Amino acid sequence: MRRTLTAGLIVVYCLAPFYWMVVSSLRRTVDIFSTTPWPSPPSLENYAAVFGGHSDFGRALLNSLIVSGVTTVLTLAVGVCCAYALARLTFRGKNLVLALIIGTSMFPGALLIVPLLKLFTELGWINTYHAMIVPSMSFALPLAVWTLTAFFRQMPHELEQAATIDGCTRWGAFRRVILPLAAPGVFTTAILAFFATWNEFMIALTMISKADMQTATIRVAQFGGASDFDTPFGTQMAAGVVVTIPLVILVLVFQKRIVAGLTSGALK
Amino acid sequence: MRRGSRWFAALMISPTLLVLVLVVLYPLLAAARESMYVRGEGLDADGFVVEGERFVGVANYAGLVGERFVNAFANTTVFTLATVAVETVLGVAMALVMHGVLRGRGLVRASILIPWAVPTAISGLMWRWVFQADGVANAIIGQKILWTTEGVQAKLAVIIADTWKTAPFIGLLVLAGLQIIPDMVYEAAKVDGASAWQTFWRITLPLVKPALVVAVLFRILQALAMFDLPFVMIGRGKFSVETLSALIWDEATQLRYGPAAAYGIVLIAYVSVIVFVFVRLLGADLLADARSRKERA
Repeated sequence: MRRTLTAGLIVVYCLAPFYWMVVSSLRRTVDIFSTTPWPSPPSLENYAAVFGGHSDFGRALLNSLIVSGVTTVLTLAVGVCCAYALARLTFRGKNLVLALIIGTSMFPGALLIVPLLKLFTELGWINTYHAMIVPSMSFALPLAVWTLTAFFRQMPHELEQAATIDGCTRWGAFRRVILPLAAPGVFTTAILAFFATWNEFMIALTMISKADMQTATIRVAQFGGASDFDTPFGTQMAAGVVVTIPLVILVLVFQKRIVAGLTSGALK
Repeated sequence: MRRGSRWFAALMISPTLLVLVLVVLYPLLAAARESMYVRGEGLDADGFVVEGERFVGVANYAGLVGERFVNAFANTTVFTLATVAVETVLGVAMALVMHGVLRGRGLVRASILIPWAVPTAISGLMWRWVFQADGVANAIIGQKILWTTEGVQAKLAVIIADTWKTAPFIGLLVLAGLQIIPDMVYEAAKVDGASAWQTFWRITLPLVKPALVVAVLFRILQALAMFDLPFVMIGRGKFSVETLSALIWDEATQLRYGPAAAYGIVLIAYVSVIVFVFVRLLGADLLADARSRKERA
């Protein structure tokens, strides 16, 4: 009983601030400072403000989707091969490669910004999708390789042998036998990489100055100047909910896989 | 091993290495070079005006003794120590509770993933709202604290917000570590008459240590690079919450690439030192698997 109570406390701790964001987003502008535990009366005014007018929030969501989607696909395509080699092949210098990949995941994003901002300005890449996609791979790729390596290691060792006996080449064994079997792991890694890129802030903030190229996280943070009042909190909360809801749905649907993905790297 | 397989491995790995060279190694080297140059006009040895970059040696690193850098360095350190310490304790506590829960496990696990799923920028906005002067935080504690203005309270607000988002993450990783401890071990401890406290310190903690150490290490790395939370929650260029990443970003976007790069190099050096010390002290064996495989082979 006491345990159930403490567990209840954890649920409240995790959900209360989020609940408050949702409740506030459903209030009318006039009673935004009200502290009742539910909106009375509820209103979709703030959501109308998010998508209406000149804010064009749909465009920002689309930009986020494009950047995260392309980054995820590219990262997976490259990372899956590397992770396979690291997990299932023996070769010299493997530890060095592994150490290098772990090392790059320690790389602070701010250091990346300085030379890339300069480079992209010279290349005329500012305000393009690739100016966000390419630097995003710096954190998505080590994450993907790390998680995928753990997944590949869990598969039985006889798979490649069996495939080679059946006349597969190494590449054939990888593509026709291992990859289909690893699909759940690849999918989980894709979710994690997508999350990481969707949440990215600093790169998008630096490389994009035009409003119609901004991603959703940047747009939400900059909601403000549009109205004549000071900070339009209701609109911000509604936009925050809109950006978070796709992620929450993904989490609820795939929670077992996500937990497996997050923990596999840590536990090996 | 046949020779062909070495080529196969090289082919499989090279795309990743190529990408990492382009997006990590190149920026690192470029930043190291950049940190020794300044932009703009200057006079060369013959008195001619030259446009563009000028080599200035370590002059950009002079900013390291400046008030702004020292402040950002201190903020980063305080945030890292405070958030990681609180998160570790809270996370371990959460994991212990979750491990013992029989009913409603799905609900607890789903809700623990929510803070992790909320983007940091959005959580910054959410907490900014909670910590408004007329906000719900002040309403609950019955005070009128101006949380989101410059001062110690802003630091505290950032620490609370960060803890909310990441303690559950540590809890999740520790829980996974707890679940692979066989019940037998606990039964043996019980038979030997160990108290709950002894069981925790002598059995549970040492056995979850590998999972915990990796989780904490990743959290330290994230905390040392903290940027979006204070930026969104308190604001741009706010002295009391300006982190090293925020300082570097600010300098870079003001086109002062030289000092920005110099601070960036210091940040990565700082990160490396902390990681080295941490791994030495706690023995985070990130390469354990690769090594044991090699021994077996």
